[in-house]
Amino acid sequence: MKGISIEFPGVKALSGVDFSMKSGEIRAVVGANGAGKSTLMKVLAGANAGYTGSILIDGETREIREPRTAKMLGIELVYQEVDTALFPYLSVAENIMFNSLVTGMKGRSIIRWGRMRKSAREILGRLHMDIDVSRKVSSLTLAEKQMVLIARAVRERCRFLILDEPTAPLSMGEVEELFRIVRDLAEKEGVGVIFISHRLPELFQICHSLTVMKDGTVVANRIVDKDLSTREIVNLMLGRSFEENFPKIPTAIGEVMFEAANLFDEAGKVKNVSFTIRGGEIVGVCGLVGAGKTELCKLLFGANRMKSGKVRLKGKALAIRSPTTAVRQKIALVPEERRKEGVLVTEPVYFNLSAACLGKFCGRFSFVKKRLEIQNAKRLVSELGIKTPSVYQRLKFLSGGNQQKVAVGKWLTSDSDVYMLDEPTKGVDVGAKRDIFQLIQGLAGKGKAVLYASSEINEILAITDRIYIMYNGSVVAELPTGTATEEEILFYATGGNK
Amino acid sequence: MSKAEATAMPKGKASDFLGKWASLIALVAVFAFFALRMPKMFLTSSNMITILRSISITTIIGIGLTITLAVGGFDLSSGSMASMAGSLVISFIVWYQMSMWLAIPLALVLTMGLMMITMLLIVKFKIPDLLATLAMMFMLDGLSLTYSGGGALSEGMPRPNGADTLGKISQTFKNMGQAPTIIIIMIVIVVVVHIFLTYTKYGRYIYAVGGNKEAARLSGIPIYRYRVYAGLLAAAFIGLGGVLVASRNMSAQIQGAAGYAMPAISAVFIGRSVAGAGKPNAFGTFVGASLVGILENGLIMMSVPYYSLNAVKGVVLALALASTYYSSTSDN
Repeated sequence: MKGISIEFPGVKALSGVDFSMKSGEIRAVVGANGAGKSTLMKVLAGANAGYTGSILIDGETREIREPRTAKMLGIELVYQEVDTALFPYLSVAENIMFNSLVTGMKGRSIIRWGRMRKSAREILGRLHMDIDVSRKVSSLTLAEKQMVLIARAVRERCRFLILDEPTAPLSMGEVEELFRIVRDLAEKEGVGVIFISHRLPELFQICHSLTVMKDGTVVANRIVDKDLSTREIVNLMLGRSFEENFPKIPTAIGEVMFEAANLFDEAGKVKNVSFTIRGGEIVGVCGLVGAGKTELCKLLFGANRMKSGKVRLKGKALAIRSPTTAVRQKIALVPEERRKEGVLVTEPVYFNLSAACLGKFCGRFSFVKKRLEIQNAKRLVSELGIKTPSVYQRLKFLSGGNQQKVAVGKWLTSDSDVYMLDEPTKGVDVGAKRDIFQLIQGLAGKGKAVLYASSEINEILAITDRIYIMYNGSVVAELPTGTATEEEILFYATGGNK
Repeated sequence: MSKAEATAMPKGKASDFLGKWASLIALVAVFAFFALRMPKMFLTSSNMITILRSISITTIIGIGLTITLAVGGFDLSSGSMASMAGSLVISFIVWYQMSMWLAIPLALVLTMGLMMITMLLIVKFKIPDLLATLAMMFMLDGLSLTYSGGGALSEGMPRPNGADTLGKISQTFKNMGQAPTIIIIMIVIVVVVHIFLTYTKYGRYIYAVGGNKEAARLSGIPIYRYRVYAGLLAAAFIGLGGVLVASRNMSAQIQGAAGYAMPAISAVFIGRSVAGAGKPNAFGTFVGASLVGILENGLIMMSVPYYSLNAVKGVVLALALASTYYSSTSDN
């Protein structure tokens, strides 16, 4: 690939990327969130038609403008969300052979089950995968589903296989199995494998070479050998730019207000997490996507089930069984998926701003005192700088940043003690980001305990007082923000150990 | 609300305007059409009362369904549930010689109890509403026929085991189903439920849960509890609808209220868009039921055979749904 560029409205996602690899090679592509890894791979797989630049295969220039073309050239992309590409009600055999079911029938309308099962079994056998081809895909584990997708890809005379974060949902044993299959493909069939991952240590096990991306460009190509260290990769990923110049105002930090000890959740996404937050303190929970930050927040808010662990607020033990009890005990959560979980998009601004504490505006027989409610909504709108023609505007007509301010704003009225914010700046422009930061500082200034969960290290460094770093469901390090560096945080967040 | 909506309305969208007011405009247009066509027959006070009376049961059951739909649910079993309530109330009066002031509350409480089964299926066993209430529909049909011995219940008719019945259906009970009482009951219910849904905390929470379950849950609203509350409230109105059907018939017929279920759901959907509410609302349901009632009344006067009326109702529902969904997709 030469000089690949692509622009989305407002951002240049890739600029002048050169990328080349040989068949039979296993190449890692790494980079921080938003570095352009997935975008580049989508170009290769034909899912981003609007690129400029050229793609050469075996020295010949090829135009890849749609997924079909990519497939014909033998390029297969296995997305991270395996379920989007599989048919749960069909058998393993049908899923593996799906493309031939669609295109290879040539006027026949009867499916030859025996033949199809046999070829599916052959492919699985070639890859030494042990899955019964007559099982329904809906009954498979995640790892098995991934294997089915790889098997489908391999069937299509695959020459280049792109795996987008394949190990994120897998257990240790399953990762080993995946690596064996990938190695087999590369060595025995000469398939070039591109491996996107956030977990740096595992790249050393499997990859021959490594490409580091940052801000839409390739910053380094390296051979993976003994001289390469995790720290070096991390430094390459970060470079030397700081987007945030947010002035952090020191606040008076008080007594320990909120503490959690040995938390486990039922789904196994949060493992033995303990932390404390003092009054007036902003504590960052940093980790890569999938590290368990969201699960931790939801667990503390009673939205996910707790297996064991203790939570204390102001020294008093809390029993948080549901979000309702959490709110009653003065805990607030601004969830990550704003439109899905945070706000009611079909309802007006004032409705949203009082959704979490409507009781405050109720008179006799629970009649809502509309006048008070509107007054409060107007006050919040001007305090938070929410850009809306009126408090009666439905939320779906507001921009993402303003919706987010509403999502935060609805908890201000409730006067909670603990505020948890999960990726509060996701999909928010710089201006709104600054407003939200100021808002959060204001909360700390009032002596609240604030938990700020994010995978954006820059933000964590800009706003927090202390940082917990999560990796794979557990807290792996605790650092004071004053002395922490991006390198250090990313080192721990990618599974590094001192 | 109307002033609020006006400020919130995005500028200059004809389709949006139509989406918000289509049902009301249709109501006025249909009314005007019949009034001009047959001023002597249609536009009389006795005919107005006839229309209101004819829509009252549909509206009351529709109000129950409005609450169910507002909280994000659905109900196929309302007809069967209303029929069950009718059988219960008549049996209490004629079999057990209860006074209607005891029989009616008891029947409503039992109907709410049956709704608890539906809620159990939906909330505990996570069966989708459509399927849970489909199952309930069959269960209730069978249950009410078993209870009544496979037949209708009325004054003087012996019980399935041959025992004589002594209870008499009082004049007061009969009057309940006649104009003006039934119309007054309907209007009171529409107004009270409208106020409940629009101006109280509970109504607000019901809409929040119906609008976005997950966001409501993460705002600390106990969503399952509200589902159950809404279900019980809906059951009370559906049960009352059944009682009124029994009162009109002076008996409990086999599946006597079954014919009201689908018109009631239609009324809720036709009324969804009224005044730009964009969600099930009590006043809208009344408008929806009125539209269908006026059409039925006028068309019969114009000698359209009764068996063709369903076709007209279907067209009205399709148009109402088209105007709601078309505009809501174009402005999202």
